[in-house]
Amino acid sequence: MGTQAVDLSSVKSEFPALVQATAGKPLHYLDSAATTQRPESVIQDVDAFYRTHNANVHRGVYELSQLATEDYERARASVAAWLNSPSPEQVVFTKGCTESLNLVASAWGGTNIRPGDRVFVSTMEHHSNLVPWQVIAEARGAELVPIPVTDGVELDLSWLESNLDESVKVVALKAVCNVSGTVNPIQEVARLAHGVGAVVVVDAAQALAHQKVDVQEWDADFVAVTAHKAFGPMGVGALYGRADLLHAMPPYQTGGGMVRGVSFERTGFAEIPDRFEAGTPNVGGAVGFESALKFIQRVGIERIGAHETDLAEATRQRLQMIEGVQVHGNAKRRAGIVSFTLDGVHPHDIGTVLSEQGVAVRVGHHCCMPLMERLRIHATVRASYSVYNDLSDVDALIAAVQKAKEILA
Amino acid sequence: MSLNDLYQEIILDHGKKPRNFGELETATHEAEGFNPLCGDQVRVRVRIEEGKIADLRFSGHGCAISTASASMMTQLVKGKTVDQAVALVEKFREAMTSDSVGPEGMGELGCLSGVKQFPNRVKCATLAWHTLRSAVTGGGKVTTEKPDA
Repeated sequence: MGTQAVDLSSVKSEFPALVQATAGKPLHYLDSAATTQRPESVIQDVDAFYRTHNANVHRGVYELSQLATEDYERARASVAAWLNSPSPEQVVFTKGCTESLNLVASAWGGTNIRPGDRVFVSTMEHHSNLVPWQVIAEARGAELVPIPVTDGVELDLSWLESNLDESVKVVALKAVCNVSGTVNPIQEVARLAHGVGAVVVVDAAQALAHQKVDVQEWDADFVAVTAHKAFGPMGVGALYGRADLLHAMPPYQTGGGMVRGVSFERTGFAEIPDRFEAGTPNVGGAVGFESALKFIQRVGIERIGAHETDLAEATRQRLQMIEGVQVHGNAKRRAGIVSFTLDGVHPHDIGTVLSEQGVAVRVGHHCCMPLMERLRIHATVRASYSVYNDLSDVDALIAAVQKAKEILA
Repeated sequence: MSLNDLYQEIILDHGKKPRNFGELETATHEAEGFNPLCGDQVRVRVRIEEGKIADLRFSGHGCAISTASASMMTQLVKGKTVDQAVALVEKFREAMTSDSVGPEGMGELGCLSGVKQFPNRVKCATLAWHTLRSAVTGGGKVTTEKPDA
């Protein structure tokens, strides 16, 4: 990738929220897996849209509406190109991963899952790629089956291989685990799933800002992404879908903008992707999404991913030297996310002590209650890294964990 | 407000060695409480005899604040009438949410006054109380998102 060698040690200065926070009390922001901060360039591009091109998209014959429509469709083309989608029309804008996954479960699952079918969902799945499948499976008389994970939070591929058969219609899996940092072998899973005719639905929420997401290399049928976990605005995301599957799917929501013609007798639905975008879309969000991808491209996705992983690995090593600390998950391929617990201390109490030291982490079940149950814990403390973090953040975290242990253990 | 004020020795003591913790086989009333944001869960089981709380126990899992608060609550309300217990729930809730009063007049519970400085932890302190009220006034499930439901 053609990067202009952005200096990672100064990239933090491009993030106003971090600069402002640092001016007062120190902020070690280690919650980028929940949402990243946004760089100045993204904030400016969104601002510029509302200042200069703001109008509703499509059907406006005046110039401003045409400019807004061009912005929106250019953003779609950029997201499609970034994901290596064969065409822009295979990218549907949504409000985020959760809506993308609900769209697939409802529109594809609602017509293709039949009584007696099986839906495979990994035990490490976020509730967003689990609950929609549970609901649709129940509605369609299908069976929801968890794909087991190992103690180290790796997908049990041999289980998958020996349990896949023609009754399996869906394999739902996250690309990167938001609890353990596990990077899942999507390509391998797709090869196995396609062998029995199942579709592969990938939640790539944590992958977009960490690794190259290439839907064709993955050979995934549906891929859900969200902008706000990759330096973009909240409230905008996308669903990539295989063209033949999208073309055959009924609408998800109905209303304006997704029709060809409406009468009281019948409504003709628009082609993809408009068919899945009822109502006024988040145009400013789409502009910001495109801008966020430009930021990633400027810094270099491989450099971002490697930087995050280095910090997470340093964190793991140093956490494991603290007596009583358990790090959860030790997959061979991992991203910049570390989850841990401290014997005899509840993660919420640790989170409060860390917060008082200016260390912002997430505590709880991370919307992965079945994984918590699998690990026989109720909650973890999670530190997640991004491009603007450095070793001083790791130092602060480790010192704060020592302090928490002193106070609480 | 320092962390040592929040995590006073007495809170950590109740958090690690909660009183009246476990199941109550002879319970006549019970309720479950959930904090869906953190997955914490508490079950309060109560035996009511002639309008009085003859015995009660709680079980589940939660942080030091929620466990300590539940533990002290069980000590406070044991032997009280149902009406007195409900009034104490209201008093504690008020103490944890109002700017003008605190839990200082409620014995050991005064040590929880520091929790008010950490607004996102107040629900930890009040979960067991809402659950107790639900148990003695009819039972059912409560969550911190809709404590009065």
